This record gives sequence, structure tokens and C-alpha cells, in this order.
Amino acid sequence: MEGLNFSVVLEYYPILLEGLLWTCILCVSSIALSLVCGVPLAVGSISKNRAVQLPTNFFLWVFRGTPLLLQLFLIYFGLPQIGIYLSPVASGILGLGIHYAVYNADVMRTGIVAVESGQHEGSRSLGLSKAQTMRKVIIPQALRNVAPPLGNNLIALLKESALVSIITVPELTLSAQRAISDTFRPFEFYIAAGAIYYCVNYLLELSLKRVEMKTAMYR
Amino acid sequence: MDFELIQRVFIYFVQAAWITVELSFLSVCIGLCLGLIGALCKLSPNPWLHYPARVYVSIFRGTPCLIQLFIIYFGGPQIGLQLEPFPAAVIGLGINIGSYMTESIRGAILAVESGQIEASRSLGVGKSQTMIKVILPQAARLMIRPLGINTIALIKGSSLVSAISVVELTYTAHRYIGSTYRPFEMFILAAIFYLAIISIASFLIQKVDNRYALSL
Repeated sequence: MEGLNFSVVLEYYPILLEGLLWTCILCVSSIALSLVCGVPLAVGSISKNRAVQLPTNFFLWVFRGTPLLLQLFLIYFGLPQIGIYLSPVASGILGLGIHYAVYNADVMRTGIVAVESGQHEGSRSLGLSKAQTMRKVIIPQALRNVAPPLGNNLIALLKESALVSIITVPELTLSAQRAISDTFRPFEFYIAAGAIYYCVNYLLELSLKRVEMKTAMYR
Repeated sequence: MDFELIQRVFIYFVQAAWITVELSFLSVCIGLCLGLIGALCKLSPNPWLHYPARVYVSIFRGTPCLIQLFIIYFGGPQIGLQLEPFPAAVIGLGINIGSYMTESIRGAILAVESGQIEASRSLGVGKSQTMIKVILPQAARLMIRPLGINTIALIKGSSLVSAISVVELTYTAHRYIGSTYRPFEMFILAAIFYLAIISIASFLIQKVDNRYALSL
């Protein structure tokens, strides 16, 4: 057993910081994608039109039931088979975004269903169209219900973003691996990467708590 | 779609799926033990039990599971802990899911009415007896659903251990994507196995839940 030496980590901090920057870019983009794609999936899964509802639910079922890593492989190795070539970063964003869009859609659907049906009837009898009712009455109220569970999904996304290192996205985990291949000190660098993830995670949790308090106030 | 290819690799996927099941089962067992111990420690007023449990949950829920697996598998030898991929995977996944189980079990214990504790204590039952004979049996019926959700998440999370070269479903899919250049077929095959495992697991959990769950 050789002695542990954490001071090596300090020498490699630029690599880790660069990785952290990529992790942040990746997370922000895939969070945005997951929220944007989550809405149509949620609305589609409770649509009255069976031609929309069944395929949406099938899609949700498949992507909820398979691991993120497998989906990343499908996107990174599978899309070239049908002529779509994506860079690792783009594949990572797309994979994380779609995976969490599915989870967000579940949360949003529950949120939409939880809004009292009287709201729907009231709005329709006031002459608003179906789309308007959804957009102006139901979704704003549903947003309040879904803020806490959506926040949990975003925290999970941050942690799962470590997976995209496997399809060679140069984020924090891969930076740690690069430093390790230089120094052969896996223990120190993975602990350091873990500590950085922990801090980012903590900051994200704090800011989500503030958002949650804000949305809860309008109840 | 190349069905002949699928037929040829099918048997390897069956073996890999069995590894995934084994891995998930063993890690859930470790996770449940750790979760129960963690929850009891976290609820204990003794600071020597309470704070370590809090630190455990906070660290393992706050960092990526992949990093934890890497620390155990690649970092372990540096501190004299050399493990084969499979045991490292079981230990890593078990400790990780244990931190989530801790919170679920703690939530269930707290959800048991406080009147139960008071009544039991005033009948002269000791503190530990109250926990074992009064609180835990009721909490057990409350925690089936959250623990079930954790289990399903673990089955999907078990794909991570392909990164430390455990030959489970995702690793097998990755290997055959590399050698056959047929990513879609391999994805569909692996997805079918995952969906089957998860559907069976949720069916079993649902059955247990229907039979025993207590609705408050």
C-alpha cells in the first residue's frame, strides 16, 4: 500500500476545473432540453386522441424502463447507423435530456391531473378553447405542484451526468480519468471529483429550495 | 433488422440478464440492511450514531454512483482493498442504494403515529422493544412502495457497473455493438430484457404492496 497524496490533485486543478465547466454546460443544456421536451410528452400521454396517447405512452414506458447508459449507447453508436452523426457532447446532452424528459413528463402529468377538474370545466364554460385552458389555466397551477419533484429530477440529472464520460464527453469524471492516467492515483482524483460533485449538488439543492419556496408562496 | 444475428447473441444476453438480476438482488439485500441500520442510527438521539448516519446519507446521495464505484474498484487497491469486479459492484451499488433506503425507511418510521410510541411506553414496554414490536411492524407496511421504487431504480442503475467491466446486460450490449456494428438490434434486445426484469419486479412489488400495505 503506497501512501495517499492529495497534494497531487492541486497540481491538476486546471483539468478538473475545465471538466467542471463542461459538466455545468452539459447539465444546463440537458436540463433545459428535459423541461422543454417534458411538456409535450406529458400532454401527449393524457391526450384524448389515442393516436397520440398510445405512442407517447409506449415511448415513455420504454425510456423509463431502460437505463440511461443503454440509451446513451443507442444515441452515440446507433444514430450513425441511420446516418446521423453527433459529437460526444451533443449525444450526451440529447441522451440526458431525453432520459430526464421522460421522468419530468411523469411528474408533469401527475401535476396536470392533480389540478381540480372544476378548473377545467370553469375555464371551458367561460369560452376558452381547449389549448387555451391547458396553457393559461391548468399548466400554471400544475407548475406549483410539480416544483419539488422536478427539482429532485434535476438533482438526479446532475449526478447521472457522470455517465456521459463513458461516451467520451470531456466532463468532470473524464477529466479525473485523464489526470489519473498521468499520475496513477485513482483514489485521490475520484475522491476529489466526488467532492466537487458534492459541492455543485449542494449548491443546486440550495437554489432549488429557494425556487420551491417562491412557487409555494403563490398557493 | 437482422434476426439471425439476434438469434445468435440471444443466449449471451440471457446470461447477462441473469447477472443483472443477481447483482440487483444482492445489492438490494445489502442496501436494505444498511438502510435499516442507517435509519435507526439517524433517528437515535445518541450523537455517535446520529451524525455518522447523516454523513453517510449525505455523501452517498450527494455524489454520482459511478464515482463511488470507481473509488471502490480503481481506488481500492491503493488503500489495500483489492476486489474483483462483481463483488466491487455489489458492494458499491449496495452502499449507494443503502443511503436512499435509509431515507425511505426513516420516513416510514416517522410516519407511524406518535401515539403508538406513547401508548406502548406507558404500558411499560422498553424503548427498543417498542421499536421492534410496535413501530417497525407498522413502518414495514408503509415502506413497501418507496423501497420498491428504490429497487426499480437500482435495477436500472446496475447498468453502471459495466464501466468496471462486470459482464451484465449493458456491458454485453456494448460489446456486441462493438463487434457487430448493429447498435439498434443490440439496444432493442437489451431493452427487452431490462423491461422484462423491471416489469416482473414491479409486479412482485405491487403484489406485496396490495397484500400488506397499510394506508394511513
